[in-house]
Amino acid sequence: MSFPWAKHYEPKNPVMQWVDSRLPLPRFVYNAVGAGYPVPRNLNYWWNFGVLAGVALVCQLITGIVLAMHFHSSAASAFDSVNVGIMRDVNAGWFLRFAHANGASMFFVVIYIHMFRGLYYGSYKAPREMVWLLGVVIFLLLMATAFMGYVLPWGQMSFWGAQVITGFFSAIPVVGDWVRVWLLGGYAPDDAALNRFFSLHYLLPFVIAGAVILHIWALHIPGSSNPTGVEVKGEQDTVPFHPYYTAKDGLGVVVFLILFSVLIFFAPDYLGHPDNYIPANPLSTPAHIVPEWYFWPFYAILRAFTADFILPAKLWGVLAMFGSILLLFFLPWLDKSPVRSGSYRPMYKVAFWVLVVDVLVLGYCGGSPAEPLYVILSQIAAAYYFAHFLIIVPIISHLETPKPLPGSITEAVLTKTGA
Amino acid sequence: MTSLFIKSIKFLVGGGFILVLLIALYGSVWGVINEPAAETAEHAMHKHPKELKLASDGPLGKFDLRQLQRGFLVYKEVCSACHSLNLVSFRNLKDLGYSDAEVKKIAKDWAIKQPVFDEKGGTWGERDNVPSDRFPKVYYPGTGTPPDLSLITKARHDGAAYVHSLLTGYNEKPSAEALAHFPDFAKTPDGMHFNPYFANLNIAMPPPLTQDGQVQYSDGTRATVDQMSTDVAAFLVWTAEPTLQTRRTAGWAVLAFLIVLGFLTYGAYRSVWAGVKH
Repeated sequence: MSFPWAKHYEPKNPVMQWVDSRLPLPRFVYNAVGAGYPVPRNLNYWWNFGVLAGVALVCQLITGIVLAMHFHSSAASAFDSVNVGIMRDVNAGWFLRFAHANGASMFFVVIYIHMFRGLYYGSYKAPREMVWLLGVVIFLLLMATAFMGYVLPWGQMSFWGAQVITGFFSAIPVVGDWVRVWLLGGYAPDDAALNRFFSLHYLLPFVIAGAVILHIWALHIPGSSNPTGVEVKGEQDTVPFHPYYTAKDGLGVVVFLILFSVLIFFAPDYLGHPDNYIPANPLSTPAHIVPEWYFWPFYAILRAFTADFILPAKLWGVLAMFGSILLLFFLPWLDKSPVRSGSYRPMYKVAFWVLVVDVLVLGYCGGSPAEPLYVILSQIAAAYYFAHFLIIVPIISHLETPKPLPGSITEAVLTKTGA
Repeated sequence: MTSLFIKSIKFLVGGGFILVLLIALYGSVWGVINEPAAETAEHAMHKHPKELKLASDGPLGKFDLRQLQRGFLVYKEVCSACHSLNLVSFRNLKDLGYSDAEVKKIAKDWAIKQPVFDEKGGTWGERDNVPSDRFPKVYYPGTGTPPDLSLITKARHDGAAYVHSLLTGYNEKPSAEALAHFPDFAKTPDGMHFNPYFANLNIAMPPPLTQDGQVQYSDGTRATVDQMSTDVAAFLVWTAEPTLQTRRTAGWAVLAFLIVLGFLTYGAYRSVWAGVKH
């Protein structure tokens, strides 16, 4: 499962020898994230974001478990248990709440950069398709978890967000309304919905943790990719994960924590919506229902479909929104280019950066009110999004002449450093 | 034949979504050209809050306790007739510098009492508030639903500035130009009051602060309408997050720790990678 020159675990401490010979857990950790895992020596800081996502997950688990000790999952008292109990009466409860709410944002920042890293450097290509597929599964689970978590404080946006999102299911022909009532446990979000969302919000992070273990396992079969996209050829191309990448990623973790702390301690409500400080009121619809920022690009795609063409506009919107994520599952087979790294693919590189701008435009439109100009902009941007993955990338991979690749990772490093 | 279908399915799916989007786009553009959206009264007359500076602003801001006490007085004398403060407890007032005895007295003298249910008699009665009680709910029978004010500065954009602007915004009238477009606004409906800082423009709340000196300040500050509305806005920033100052103090300590840790990890990184080209 690793390169032949990988270091072997040889515990010197008799206790560790005793444990390792009975349950080789220390060996497992050593081979996974210790000195026993050889990693390309040329990884840049874009490769830090997998570790950061792990850190974000752990932060969310710890703050979330403690918050759950103080939360009441009932429509009558959820808002007060958060805004009085946790925010005012629990010692440092404000810290837990702000760390958890902003931790979700930090998690998505990290995940989006991690995914775009994969897109630019072709990390989804053979032999790492399974790593990518599991990554998309984790992304879907993360979105479901974040959505249900946002419902729990039972503010106005919680309630109306739940109303809108579960409304997607009513777009299903014939059985849609029945499915929605079944999922909510009622005709509108209420105690039944709040309790099942709380239950699932507690469950899914552990499912994510399981999927992360599979993601890392699948990664360790071929080993990490690298900025040149050229496979490891020998021992000179790699360094052991520990201490080299524990030290390098450690610095990234501290920078991550500094940005995270600025949000928690100095701008805890900056990314939130004021309406969620108003208790849920089924009789008063907010002027603009908007999800959290990390859903904005997908919300823009949903709202871009305004024409009934064969199918109702709403069904098109829901299909396109789910389709925009599900198509990522097919990416390893849509991009046929044998060259992985965008650095050696002149046409793909341009398409990649256009996609980044396109997704930012979609995000901007998704966070704006549904006024005609934003709708027009999101219709163009959504069309480009589908064109990128389903038309442009497959065609580019046939047309493009890649730049010559370096002979090996070491050769690329030595050329770059001028030795 | 089958393999050709499989090969082109991506183009079919992509082309399908794009086609539907182009049809929708055509509809949107046609709509913009042929049926431009009518200007709304909100767009013509609604104003963003006036700028307001408070001692608690910014990463180094601290509460001005005397101002918070004045603001509490304004809340008590004016706002509390209709608006509750139900997420705050009387005991929290100690943060504003009141002594235990003062807090006890404020709770005991509070006009609205705590409802209690008599299990034996099966009837509702009431008792005086004690410091551990939350400010009691206010049941308002008139037009409109006065919101609870505990979180109001977090529940509105530019919360404190919004509160201050709303309280001082009753004198403003729609411009002649706006009235020409929206003649309905020449006469405000019965029981409503025009206020350009309110989202719906017409608000059910009558002007609460109408004359200087409406609240008796004991610290010598001149109780102008502008001063009273600023003070109550400052007070409501505190009620929305009494731990605000603790949060920032903790933040500076955390940042100082992390910056030192950052230098150490950078040193570790440099020393581990010394001599390894990458």
